[in-house]
Amino acid sequence: MSGQPASTDAKTPIRAIPVRHWGQQISGVIVLAALVAFIYAVATNENLDWSVIAANLFGPTILSGLWVTISLTVLSMIIGVALGVTVAVMRLSPNRVLNSVAGGYIWAFRGTPVLVQLLLWFNLALFFPRLGFGEFGLDTNTVITAFVAALLGLGLNEGAYMAEIVRGGILSVDHGQSEAASALGMRRRSTMFKIVLPQAMRVIIPPMGNELITMLKMTSLVTVIAAPDLLNRAQVISSRNFYIFELLIVASIWYLALTTVSTLIQMRLEKRFARGVAGIAPRRRRILRNLKPGRVTSPVREPADRPDVDRKGGAGS
Amino acid sequence: MSTPMVTAENVHKSFGHVEVLKGIDLEVRTGQVFCLLGPSGSGKSTFLRCINHLERIDAGRLSVDGQLVGYRERAGKLYERNENEVADQRRDIGMVFQRFNLFAHMTALQNVMLAPMDVRRLPKAEVKEHAMRLLERVGLADQAQKYPSQLSGGQQQRVAIARALAMKPKLMLFDEPTSALDPELVGEVLDVMRDLADSGMTMIVVTHEIAFAREVGDHLVFMDSGVVVEQGAPRDVLTNPQHRRTQTFLSKVL
Repeated sequence: MSGQPASTDAKTPIRAIPVRHWGQQISGVIVLAALVAFIYAVATNENLDWSVIAANLFGPTILSGLWVTISLTVLSMIIGVALGVTVAVMRLSPNRVLNSVAGGYIWAFRGTPVLVQLLLWFNLALFFPRLGFGEFGLDTNTVITAFVAALLGLGLNEGAYMAEIVRGGILSVDHGQSEAASALGMRRRSTMFKIVLPQAMRVIIPPMGNELITMLKMTSLVTVIAAPDLLNRAQVISSRNFYIFELLIVASIWYLALTTVSTLIQMRLEKRFARGVAGIAPRRRRILRNLKPGRVTSPVREPADRPDVDRKGGAGS
Repeated sequence: MSTPMVTAENVHKSFGHVEVLKGIDLEVRTGQVFCLLGPSGSGKSTFLRCINHLERIDAGRLSVDGQLVGYRERAGKLYERNENEVADQRRDIGMVFQRFNLFAHMTALQNVMLAPMDVRRLPKAEVKEHAMRLLERVGLADQAQKYPSQLSGGQQQRVAIARALAMKPKLMLFDEPTSALDPELVGEVLDVMRDLADSGMTMIVVTHEIAFAREVGDHLVFMDSGVVVEQGAPRDVLTNPQHRRTQTFLSKVL
Protein backbone atom coordinates (compact mmCIF):
# COMPACT_ATOMS: atom_id res chain seq x y z
CA MET A 1 0.00 0.00 0.00
CA SER A 2 2.99 2.34 -0.11
CA GLY A 3 2.88 5.20 -2.53
CA GLN A 4 5.90 3.98 -4.53
CA PRO A 5 5.02 0.90 -6.56
CA ALA A 6 7.74 -1.60 -7.41
CA SER A 7 6.67 -1.58 -11.02
CA THR A 8 7.85 1.35 -13.09
CA ASP A 9 4.52 1.53 -14.87
CA ALA A 10 2.32 3.35 -12.38
CA LYS A 11 -0.87 2.15 -14.03
CA THR A 12 -0.36 -1.54 -13.25
CA PRO A 13 -1.75 -2.34 -9.79
CA ILE A 14 0.61 -4.18 -7.50
CA ARG A 15 -0.08 -7.91 -7.19
CA ALA A 16 1.39 -8.98 -3.91
CA ILE A 17 0.37 -11.28 -1.08
CA PRO A 18 -0.62 -9.03 1.82
CA VAL A 19 1.00 -9.45 5.21
CA ARG A 20 -0.84 -12.06 7.26
CA HIS A 21 -1.67 -10.90 10.76
CA TRP A 22 -1.76 -14.34 12.35
CA GLY A 23 -1.86 -13.12 15.94
CA GLN A 24 -4.79 -10.87 15.16
CA GLN A 25 -6.73 -13.61 13.43
CA ILE A 26 -6.22 -16.20 16.16
CA SER A 27 -7.05 -13.84 18.99
CA GLY A 28 -10.07 -12.63 17.03
CA VAL A 29 -11.40 -16.18 16.83
CA ILE A 30 -10.87 -16.67 20.57
CA VAL A 31 -12.66 -13.43 21.45
CA LEU A 32 -15.53 -14.30 19.13
CA ALA A 33 -15.86 -17.77 20.66
CA ALA A 34 -15.90 -16.31 24.16
CA LEU A 35 -18.57 -13.82 23.11
CA VAL A 36 -20.76 -16.54 21.61
CA ALA A 37 -20.35 -18.64 24.75
CA PHE A 38 -21.31 -15.69 26.92
CA ILE A 39 -24.38 -14.85 24.85
CA TYR A 40 -25.41 -18.50 24.88
CA ALA A 41 -24.99 -18.66 28.66
CA VAL A 42 -27.06 -15.54 29.12
CA ALA A 43 -29.75 -16.50 26.63
CA THR A 44 -30.26 -19.99 27.99
CA ASN A 45 -29.83 -19.15 31.65
CA GLU A 46 -32.88 -20.34 33.56
CA ASN A 47 -32.18 -17.84 36.31
CA LEU A 48 -32.76 -14.94 33.95
CA ASP A 49 -36.32 -14.27 32.89
CA TRP A 50 -36.29 -12.36 29.62
CA SER A 51 -40.01 -11.79 29.69
CA VAL A 52 -39.60 -9.72 32.87
CA ILE A 53 -37.03 -7.53 31.13
CA ALA A 54 -39.25 -7.10 28.11
CA ALA A 55 -42.31 -6.36 30.23
CA ASN A 56 -40.56 -3.72 32.32
CA LEU A 57 -38.34 -2.02 29.76
CA PHE A 58 -41.18 0.24 28.64
CA GLY A 59 -43.33 -0.15 31.73
CA PRO A 60 -44.84 3.04 33.19
CA THR A 61 -42.83 2.82 36.43
CA ILE A 62 -39.51 2.49 34.61
CA LEU A 63 -40.43 5.26 32.17
CA SER A 64 -41.33 7.60 35.02
CA GLY A 65 -37.95 6.82 36.58
CA LEU A 66 -36.28 7.40 33.25
CA TRP A 67 -37.94 10.79 33.02
CA VAL A 68 -36.68 11.73 36.49
CA THR A 69 -33.16 10.62 35.57
CA ILE A 70 -33.20 12.67 32.38
CA SER A 71 -34.59 15.79 34.03
CA LEU A 72 -32.19 15.46 36.96
CA THR A 73 -29.29 15.12 34.54
CA VAL A 74 -30.33 18.05 32.35
CA LEU A 75 -31.21 20.39 35.24
CA SER A 76 -28.10 19.50 37.24
CA MET A 77 -25.94 20.08 34.17
CA ILE A 78 -27.60 23.45 33.55
CA ILE A 79 -26.96 24.46 37.17
CA GLY A 80 -23.43 23.05 36.91
CA VAL A 81 -22.55 24.86 33.68
CA ALA A 82 -24.05 28.18 34.80
CA LEU A 83 -22.27 27.95 38.14
CA GLY A 84 -19.09 26.69 36.48
CA VAL A 85 -18.87 29.63 34.07
CA THR A 86 -19.63 32.14 36.84
CA VAL A 87 -17.14 30.63 39.26
CA ALA A 88 -14.44 30.29 36.59
CA VAL A 89 -14.79 33.97 35.66
CA MET A 90 -14.74 34.88 39.36
CA ARG A 91 -11.67 32.72 39.88
CA LEU A 92 -9.82 34.65 37.16
CA SER A 93 -11.03 38.05 38.35
CA PRO A 94 -8.53 40.51 39.82
CA ASN A 95 -11.10 41.19 42.55
CA ARG A 96 -9.71 39.36 45.58
CA VAL A 97 -13.05 38.80 47.29
CA LEU A 98 -14.61 37.16 44.23
CA ASN A 99 -11.47 35.19 43.64
CA SER A 100 -11.34 33.79 47.17
CA VAL A 101 -15.06 32.98 47.27
CA ALA A 102 -14.68 31.02 44.04
CA GLY A 103 -11.60 29.24 45.35
CA GLY A 104 -13.39 28.32 48.59
CA TYR A 105 -16.41 26.96 46.73
CA ILE A 106 -14.27 24.76 44.49
CA TRP A 107 -12.27 23.57 47.46
CA ALA A 108 -15.33 22.59 49.51
CA PHE A 109 -17.39 20.96 46.79
CA ARG A 110 -14.59 19.06 45.13
CA GLY A 111 -13.22 18.02 48.50
CA THR A 112 -16.28 16.12 49.73
CA PRO A 113 -17.93 13.08 48.14
CA VAL A 114 -21.07 13.86 46.20
CA LEU A 115 -22.84 11.09 48.12
CA VAL A 116 -22.16 12.94 51.36
CA GLN A 117 -23.33 16.21 49.81
CA LEU A 118 -26.60 14.58 48.72
CA LEU A 119 -27.21 13.28 52.22
CA LEU A 120 -26.38 16.67 53.72
CA TRP A 121 -28.91 18.47 51.50
CA PHE A 122 -31.53 15.82 52.15
CA ASN A 123 -31.05 16.15 55.90
CA LEU A 124 -30.84 19.93 55.90
CA ALA A 125 -33.92 20.10 58.13
CA LEU A 126 -31.88 18.67 61.00
CA PHE A 127 -29.70 21.77 60.85
CA PHE A 128 -32.08 24.48 59.63
CA PRO A 129 -35.62 23.39 60.51
CA ARG A 130 -37.05 26.50 58.85
CA LEU A 131 -35.80 28.47 55.84
CA GLY A 132 -36.35 32.21 55.39
CA PHE A 133 -36.76 35.17 57.68
CA GLY A 134 -39.25 35.40 60.53
CA GLU A 135 -42.81 35.14 59.33
CA PHE A 136 -41.79 34.49 55.76
CA GLY A 137 -40.13 31.22 56.67
CA LEU A 138 -41.01 27.85 55.25
CA ASP A 139 -40.63 24.41 56.70
CA THR A 140 -37.36 23.03 55.31
CA ASN A 141 -38.78 19.59 54.62
CA THR A 142 -41.49 21.01 52.34
CA VAL A 143 -38.93 23.01 50.34
CA ILE A 144 -36.15 20.46 50.13
CA THR A 145 -37.88 17.44 48.67
CA ALA A 146 -35.84 14.45 47.56
CA PHE A 147 -35.80 15.87 44.04
CA VAL A 148 -34.65 19.33 45.15
CA ALA A 149 -31.99 17.82 47.41
CA ALA A 150 -30.80 15.70 44.49
CA LEU A 151 -30.69 18.75 42.24
CA LEU A 152 -28.76 20.82 44.78
CA GLY A 153 -26.34 18.03 45.56
CA LEU A 154 -25.60 17.11 41.94
CA GLY A 155 -25.71 20.65 40.53
CA LEU A 156 -23.49 22.30 43.12
CA ASN A 157 -20.98 19.47 42.96
CA GLU A 158 -20.96 19.66 39.17
CA GLY A 159 -20.45 23.43 39.31
CA ALA A 160 -17.14 22.98 41.09
CA TYR A 161 -15.84 20.56 38.46
CA MET A 162 -17.18 22.64 35.56
CA ALA A 163 -15.52 25.74 37.00
CA GLU A 164 -12.13 24.11 36.65
CA ILE A 165 -12.92 22.90 33.13
CA VAL A 166 -14.11 26.35 32.05
CA ARG A 167 -11.12 28.01 33.69
CA GLY A 168 -8.81 25.74 31.71
CA GLY A 169 -10.70 26.63 28.54
CA ILE A 170 -10.46 30.36 29.20
CA LEU A 171 -6.73 30.12 29.88
CA SER A 172 -6.26 28.24 26.61
CA VAL A 173 -7.40 31.27 24.58
CA ASP A 174 -4.48 33.37 23.38
CA HIS A 175 -4.00 36.52 25.45
CA GLY A 176 -3.75 38.55 22.24
CA GLN A 177 -7.48 37.99 21.68
CA SER A 178 -8.59 39.79 24.81
CA GLU A 179 -5.89 42.39 24.30
CA ALA A 180 -7.24 43.18 20.84
CA ALA A 181 -10.74 43.48 22.30
CA SER A 182 -9.46 45.83 25.02
CA ALA A 183 -7.67 47.95 22.43
CA LEU A 184 -10.98 48.36 20.61
CA GLY A 185 -12.55 49.73 23.76
CA MET A 186 -14.59 46.65 24.61
CA ARG A 187 -15.39 46.17 28.26
CA ARG A 188 -14.36 43.16 30.27
CA ARG A 189 -17.79 41.53 30.27
CA SER A 190 -18.20 41.83 26.49
CA THR A 191 -14.70 40.58 25.93
CA MET A 192 -15.36 37.54 28.09
CA PHE A 193 -18.71 36.62 26.56
CA LYS A 194 -18.13 37.58 22.93
CA ILE A 195 -14.44 36.84 22.43
CA VAL A 196 -12.94 34.56 25.07
CA LEU A 197 -15.71 32.13 26.03
CA PRO A 198 -16.81 31.28 22.45
CA GLN A 199 -13.23 30.31 21.68
CA ALA A 200 -12.80 28.51 24.98
CA MET A 201 -15.81 26.35 24.09
CA ARG A 202 -13.71 24.30 21.69
CA VAL A 203 -11.55 23.22 24.60
CA ILE A 204 -14.44 22.99 27.07
CA ILE A 205 -16.85 20.83 25.03
CA PRO A 206 -15.01 17.46 25.07
CA PRO A 207 -14.57 17.31 28.87
CA MET A 208 -18.08 18.71 29.25
CA GLY A 209 -19.38 15.74 27.26
CA ASN A 210 -17.59 13.48 29.68
CA GLU A 211 -19.17 15.35 32.57
CA LEU A 212 -22.62 14.87 31.03
CA ILE A 213 -22.10 11.13 30.77
CA THR A 214 -20.69 10.97 34.28
CA MET A 215 -23.70 12.97 35.48
CA LEU A 216 -26.13 10.57 33.80
CA LYS A 217 -24.67 7.75 35.79
CA MET A 218 -24.10 9.77 38.95
CA THR A 219 -27.84 10.46 39.19
CA SER A 220 -28.20 6.84 40.29
CA LEU A 221 -26.70 7.93 43.62
CA VAL A 222 -29.89 9.79 44.45
CA THR A 223 -31.42 6.37 45.14
CA VAL A 224 -29.99 6.74 48.66
CA ILE A 225 -32.28 9.70 49.36
CA ALA A 226 -35.20 7.88 47.74
CA ALA A 227 -35.54 10.22 44.78
CA PRO A 228 -37.62 8.31 42.21
CA ASP A 229 -34.95 7.98 39.48
CA LEU A 230 -34.42 5.10 37.08
CA LEU A 231 -32.42 2.90 39.44
CA ASN A 232 -34.74 3.65 42.33
CA ARG A 233 -37.81 2.70 40.27
CA ALA A 234 -36.10 -0.51 39.12
CA GLN A 235 -35.35 -1.40 42.72
CA VAL A 236 -38.89 -0.60 43.81
CA ILE A 237 -40.19 -3.08 41.25
CA SER A 238 -37.66 -5.77 42.14
CA SER A 239 -38.42 -5.40 45.84
CA ARG A 240 -41.93 -6.48 44.97
CA ASN A 241 -41.27 -9.23 42.39
CA PHE A 242 -37.70 -10.24 43.40
CA TYR A 243 -36.42 -10.21 39.81
CA ILE A 244 -33.37 -8.25 40.97
CA PHE A 245 -30.99 -9.06 38.13
CA GLU A 246 -33.57 -8.53 35.42
CA LEU A 247 -34.45 -5.06 36.61
CA LEU A 248 -30.81 -4.09 36.95
CA ILE A 249 -30.43 -5.09 33.30
CA VAL A 250 -33.44 -2.96 32.40
CA ALA A 251 -31.80 0.01 34.11
CA SER A 252 -28.47 -0.72 32.42
CA ILE A 253 -30.07 -0.82 28.98
CA TRP A 254 -31.54 2.63 29.54
CA TYR A 255 -28.31 4.07 30.94
CA LEU A 256 -26.44 2.73 27.91
CA ALA A 257 -29.01 4.22 25.55
CA LEU A 258 -28.78 7.62 27.25
CA THR A 259 -24.99 7.74 27.23
CA THR A 260 -24.97 6.77 23.56
CA VAL A 261 -27.28 9.66 22.74
CA SER A 262 -25.12 12.08 24.77
CA THR A 263 -22.03 10.95 22.91
CA LEU A 264 -23.73 11.77 19.61
CA ILE A 265 -24.75 15.21 20.89
CA GLN A 266 -21.18 15.82 22.06
CA MET A 267 -19.83 15.01 18.61
CA ARG A 268 -22.21 17.49 16.99
CA LEU A 269 -21.28 20.24 19.44
CA GLU A 270 -17.56 19.66 18.90
CA LYS A 271 -18.06 20.16 15.21
CA ARG A 272 -20.09 23.31 15.77
CA PHE A 273 -17.43 24.98 17.90
CA ALA A 274 -14.54 24.02 15.65
CA ARG A 275 -15.53 26.99 13.45
CA GLY A 276 -12.60 29.07 12.35
CA VAL A 277 -10.07 26.45 13.32
CA ALA A 278 -8.00 25.44 10.34
CA GLY A 279 -8.03 21.92 9.07
CA ILE A 280 -10.88 20.30 10.96
CA ALA A 281 -13.91 20.87 8.77
CA PRO A 282 -12.21 20.29 5.40
CA ARG A 283 -10.67 17.05 6.58
CA ARG A 284 -13.99 15.71 7.78
CA ARG A 285 -15.45 16.48 4.38
CA ARG A 286 -12.59 14.77 2.64
CA ILE A 287 -13.09 11.62 4.67
CA LEU A 288 -16.79 11.56 3.81
CA ARG A 289 -16.02 12.12 0.15
CA ASN A 290 -13.60 9.23 0.20
CA LEU A 291 -16.12 6.98 1.84
CA LYS A 292 -18.61 7.53 -0.96
CA PRO A 293 -19.09 4.49 -3.16
CA GLY A 294 -17.47 4.71 -6.58
CA ARG A 295 -14.70 6.96 -5.30
CA VAL A 296 -11.35 6.06 -6.80
CA THR A 297 -8.37 7.26 -4.83
CA SER A 298 -5.70 8.74 -7.00
CA PRO A 299 -2.24 8.57 -5.43
CA VAL A 300 -1.16 11.65 -7.37
CA ARG A 301 -3.61 14.14 -5.88
CA GLU A 302 -3.74 12.96 -2.31
CA PRO A 303 -0.98 14.11 0.04
CA ALA A 304 1.07 11.58 1.95
CA ASP A 305 -0.38 12.51 5.33
CA ARG A 306 -3.81 11.16 4.54
CA PRO A 307 -5.39 9.51 7.56
CA ASP A 308 -5.85 5.77 7.49
CA VAL A 309 -9.63 6.09 7.35
CA ASP A 310 -9.45 7.50 3.85
CA ARG A 311 -7.50 4.60 2.56
CA LYS A 312 -9.89 2.04 3.92
CA GLY A 313 -12.78 3.98 2.45
CA GLY A 314 -11.06 4.23 -0.92
CA ALA A 315 -10.12 0.60 -1.03
CA GLY A 316 -13.66 -0.47 -0.28
CA SER A 317 -15.09 1.26 -3.31
CA MET B 1 -0.53 69.91 11.83
CA SER B 2 -0.19 71.96 14.98
CA THR B 3 -2.10 70.66 17.99
CA PRO B 4 -0.46 67.80 19.90
CA MET B 5 -2.26 64.44 19.73
CA VAL B 6 0.02 62.64 22.15
CA THR B 7 2.21 64.26 24.78
CA ALA B 8 4.65 62.26 26.85
CA GLU B 9 6.57 63.91 29.67
CA ASN B 10 9.22 62.01 31.52
CA VAL B 11 7.44 58.67 31.12
CA HIS B 12 8.89 55.80 33.16
CA LYS B 13 7.96 52.14 33.12
CA SER B 14 9.49 49.10 34.78
CA PHE B 15 8.72 45.41 34.60
CA GLY B 16 9.85 44.12 37.96
CA HIS B 17 13.39 45.35 38.41
CA VAL B 18 13.96 46.05 34.75
CA GLU B 19 13.40 49.66 33.79
CA VAL B 20 12.11 49.62 30.22
CA LEU B 21 11.30 53.31 29.77
CA LYS B 22 13.68 55.75 31.44
CA GLY B 23 12.01 59.11 31.05
CA ILE B 24 10.51 59.52 27.59
CA ASP B 25 9.61 63.02 26.37
CA LEU B 26 7.83 63.03 23.05
CA GLU B 27 5.15 64.96 21.24
CA VAL B 28 3.06 63.59 18.38
CA ARG B 29 1.20 66.22 16.38
CA THR B 30 -2.19 65.74 14.81
CA GLY B 31 -1.94 64.31 11.31
CA GLN B 32 1.64 63.23 11.79
CA VAL B 33 3.06 59.86 10.79
CA PHE B 34 5.35 59.25 13.72
CA CYS B 35 7.83 56.38 13.39
CA LEU B 36 9.59 54.68 16.27
CA LEU B 37 12.77 52.85 15.43
CA GLY B 38 15.23 50.96 17.55
CA PRO B 39 16.71 47.60 18.43
CA SER B 40 14.49 45.03 20.14
CA GLY B 41 14.22 45.66 23.83
CA SER B 42 14.63 49.39 23.37
CA GLY B 43 11.15 50.03 24.83
CA LYS B 44 9.43 51.27 21.69
CA SER B 45 6.62 48.69 21.78
CA THR B 46 6.16 49.25 25.49
CA PHE B 47 5.84 52.99 24.93
CA LEU B 48 3.24 52.35 22.24
CA ARG B 49 1.26 50.11 24.59
CA CYS B 50 1.34 52.79 27.28
CA ILE B 51 -0.47 55.19 24.95
CA ASN B 52 -3.68 53.15 25.11
CA HIS B 53 -3.01 52.02 28.66
CA LEU B 54 -2.38 48.37 27.83
CA GLU B 55 0.62 49.03 30.06
CA ARG B 56 0.35 51.44 32.93
CA ILE B 57 3.12 53.98 33.37
CA ASP B 58 4.98 54.25 36.69
CA ALA B 59 5.93 57.91 36.56
CA GLY B 60 5.51 60.95 34.34
CA ARG B 61 2.55 62.19 32.36
CA LEU B 62 1.06 60.80 29.21
CA SER B 63 -1.92 62.36 27.51
CA VAL B 64 -3.86 61.75 24.32
CA ASP B 65 -5.82 64.61 22.79
CA GLY B 66 -5.45 66.64 25.97
CA GLN B 67 -6.71 63.82 28.24
CA LEU B 68 -4.46 62.02 30.69
CA VAL B 69 -4.25 58.31 29.89
CA GLY B 70 -5.64 56.16 32.70
CA TYR B 71 -6.02 59.02 35.19
CA ARG B 72 -8.17 62.04 35.83
CA GLU B 73 -6.82 65.23 37.32
CA ARG B 74 -8.97 67.27 39.63
CA ALA B 75 -7.72 70.12 41.81
CA GLY B 76 -4.14 69.08 41.39
CA LYS B 77 -4.82 65.48 42.44
CA LEU B 78 -4.67 62.40 40.24
CA TYR B 79 -7.51 59.89 40.35
CA GLU B 80 -7.11 56.53 38.72
CA ARG B 81 -9.77 55.83 36.10
CA ASN B 82 -11.76 52.65 36.59
CA GLU B 83 -11.77 49.83 34.08
CA ASN B 84 -14.78 51.05 32.11
CA GLU B 85 -13.46 54.59 31.85
CA VAL B 86 -10.18 53.25 30.53
CA ALA B 87 -12.12 51.18 27.98
CA ASP B 88 -13.97 54.32 26.91
CA GLN B 89 -10.68 56.15 26.42
CA ARG B 90 -9.45 53.38 24.15
CA ARG B 91 -12.40 53.66 21.77
CA ASP B 92 -10.77 56.50 19.87
CA ILE B 93 -7.36 54.86 19.61
CA GLY B 94 -6.95 52.10 17.06
CA MET B 95 -4.25 49.50 17.48
CA VAL B 96 -2.70 47.03 15.06
CA PHE B 97 -0.65 44.19 16.52
CA GLN B 98 2.37 42.32 15.28
CA ARG B 99 0.48 39.02 15.52
CA PHE B 100 -2.75 40.46 14.00
CA ASN B 101 -4.91 39.09 16.84
CA LEU B 102 -8.00 38.77 14.70
CA PHE B 103 -10.88 37.11 16.52
CA ALA B 104 -10.42 33.54 15.34
CA HIS B 105 -14.06 32.47 15.67
CA MET B 106 -15.41 35.29 13.51
CA THR B 107 -15.29 35.99 9.80
CA ALA B 108 -13.36 38.98 8.47
CA LEU B 109 -16.59 40.96 8.23
CA GLN B 110 -17.68 40.03 11.75
CA ASN B 111 -14.27 41.06 13.05
CA VAL B 112 -14.70 44.51 11.56
CA MET B 113 -18.33 44.84 12.68
CA LEU B 114 -17.98 43.74 16.28
CA ALA B 115 -16.59 46.80 18.06
CA PRO B 116 -18.85 49.47 16.50
CA MET B 117 -21.87 47.39 17.46
CA ASP B 118 -20.65 46.34 20.89
CA VAL B 119 -18.94 49.55 21.97
CA ARG B 120 -20.66 52.32 20.03
CA ARG B 121 -24.04 50.55 19.88
CA LEU B 122 -24.57 51.55 16.27
CA PRO B 123 -27.31 49.82 14.23
CA LYS B 124 -26.23 46.67 12.44
CA ALA B 125 -27.13 47.76 8.90
CA GLU B 126 -25.10 50.95 9.17
CA VAL B 127 -22.14 49.11 10.71
CA LYS B 128 -22.22 46.45 8.03
CA GLU B 129 -22.19 48.98 5.23
CA HIS B 130 -19.27 50.83 6.80
CA ALA B 131 -17.43 47.57 7.40
CA MET B 132 -17.81 46.52 3.77
CA ARG B 133 -16.49 49.90 2.65
CA LEU B 134 -13.47 49.46 4.91
CA LEU B 135 -12.80 45.94 3.63
CA GLU B 136 -13.01 47.33 0.13
CA ARG B 137 -10.55 50.04 1.08
CA VAL B 138 -8.00 47.43 2.22
CA GLY B 139 -8.77 45.40 -0.91
CA LEU B 140 -10.52 42.48 0.79
CA ALA B 141 -14.21 42.92 0.01
CA ASP B 142 -14.23 39.48 -1.65
CA GLN B 143 -12.77 37.83 1.46
CA ALA B 144 -15.42 39.19 3.86
CA GLN B 145 -16.89 35.78 4.69
CA LYS B 146 -13.58 34.03 5.32
CA TYR B 147 -12.29 33.12 8.75
CA PRO B 148 -8.84 34.42 9.77
CA SER B 149 -7.33 30.93 9.45
CA GLN B 150 -8.31 30.92 5.78
CA LEU B 151 -6.48 34.19 5.07
CA SER B 152 -2.79 34.86 4.46
CA GLY B 153 -0.83 36.88 6.99
CA GLY B 154 -0.96 40.00 4.85
CA GLN B 155 -4.71 39.67 4.39
CA GLN B 156 -5.18 39.14 8.12
CA GLN B 157 -3.21 42.26 8.91
CA ARG B 158 -5.27 44.28 6.44
CA VAL B 159 -8.47 43.01 8.07
CA ALA B 160 -6.95 44.02 11.43
CA ILE B 161 -6.38 47.54 10.11
CA ALA B 162 -9.96 47.68 8.83
CA ARG B 163 -11.16 46.46 12.22
CA ALA B 164 -9.31 49.27 13.98
CA LEU B 165 -10.57 51.86 11.50
CA ALA B 166 -14.17 50.73 12.05
CA MET B 167 -14.15 52.63 15.35
CA LYS B 168 -13.27 55.83 13.48
CA PRO B 169 -10.23 56.45 15.67
CA LYS B 170 -8.42 59.75 15.88
CA LEU B 171 -5.11 58.00 16.41
CA MET B 172 -3.73 54.71 15.08
CA LEU B 173 -0.99 52.70 16.80
CA PHE B 174 0.97 50.15 14.77
CA ASP B 175 3.09 47.69 16.73
CA GLU B 176 5.54 46.20 14.21
CA PRO B 177 2.69 45.48 11.79
CA THR B 178 4.85 43.70 9.20
CA SER B 179 7.33 41.84 11.40
CA ALA B 180 5.38 38.58 11.43
CA LEU B 181 4.79 38.56 7.67
CA ASP B 182 6.49 36.66 4.88
CA PRO B 183 8.61 39.12 2.89
CA GLU B 184 6.37 39.04 -0.18
CA LEU B 185 3.33 40.03 1.91
CA VAL B 186 4.88 43.10 3.55
CA GLY B 187 4.18 45.37 0.59
CA GLU B 188 0.39 44.98 0.59
CA VAL B 189 0.18 45.98 4.26
CA LEU B 190 2.51 48.96 3.81
CA ASP B 191 0.40 50.10 0.85
CA VAL B 192 -2.68 50.20 3.06
CA MET B 193 -0.77 52.13 5.70
CA ARG B 194 0.56 54.58 3.12
CA ASP B 195 -2.97 55.15 1.88
CA LEU B 196 -4.07 55.76 5.46
CA ALA B 197 -1.26 58.26 6.00
CA ASP B 198 -2.29 60.10 2.85
CA SER B 199 -5.82 60.44 4.22
CA GLY B 200 -4.41 62.48 7.12
CA MET B 201 -4.63 59.92 9.92
CA THR B 202 -2.38 60.47 12.92
CA MET B 203 -0.24 57.34 13.12
CA ILE B 204 2.41 56.10 15.50
CA VAL B 205 4.32 53.27 13.88
CA VAL B 206 6.84 50.99 15.54
CA THR B 207 8.64 49.49 12.60
CA HIS B 208 11.79 48.03 11.13
CA GLU B 209 10.79 49.12 7.64
CA ILE B 210 13.33 51.86 7.05
CA ALA B 211 12.02 52.60 3.56
CA PHE B 212 8.51 53.12 4.87
CA ALA B 213 9.79 55.46 7.59
CA ARG B 214 11.75 57.46 5.06
CA GLU B 215 9.00 57.77 2.47
CA VAL B 216 5.86 58.02 4.56
CA GLY B 217 7.06 59.17 7.98
CA ASP B 218 6.91 62.82 9.02
CA HIS B 219 8.95 62.34 12.13
CA LEU B 220 11.33 59.62 13.24
CA VAL B 221 12.45 58.74 16.73
CA PHE B 222 15.34 56.42 17.45
CA MET B 223 15.12 54.71 20.83
CA ASP B 224 17.62 52.53 22.63
CA SER B 225 17.59 51.02 26.15
CA GLY B 226 14.54 52.97 27.20
CA VAL B 227 15.64 56.45 26.14
CA VAL B 228 15.12 58.59 23.06
CA VAL B 229 18.53 58.77 21.43
CA GLU B 230 17.66 61.15 18.64
CA GLN B 231 14.75 62.34 16.57
CA GLY B 232 13.89 64.53 13.64
CA ALA B 233 12.83 64.39 10.03
CA PRO B 234 13.26 60.78 8.82
CA ARG B 235 15.54 61.76 5.98
CA ASP B 236 17.91 63.63 8.30
CA VAL B 237 18.05 60.94 10.96
CA LEU B 238 18.49 58.13 8.46
CA THR B 239 21.07 59.77 6.21
CA ASN B 240 22.91 61.79 8.79
CA PRO B 241 22.60 60.19 12.24
CA GLN B 242 24.29 62.22 14.98
CA HIS B 243 24.71 59.56 17.62
CA ARG B 244 26.96 56.58 17.52
CA ARG B 245 24.21 54.21 18.67
CA THR B 246 21.97 55.30 15.81
CA GLN B 247 24.85 54.93 13.39
CA THR B 248 25.60 51.40 14.59
CA PHE B 249 21.96 50.37 14.39
CA LEU B 250 21.45 51.83 10.93
CA SER B 251 24.62 50.28 9.61
CA LYS B 252 23.19 46.90 10.57
CA VAL B 253 19.73 47.28 9.12
CA LEU B 254 20.31 49.40 6.03
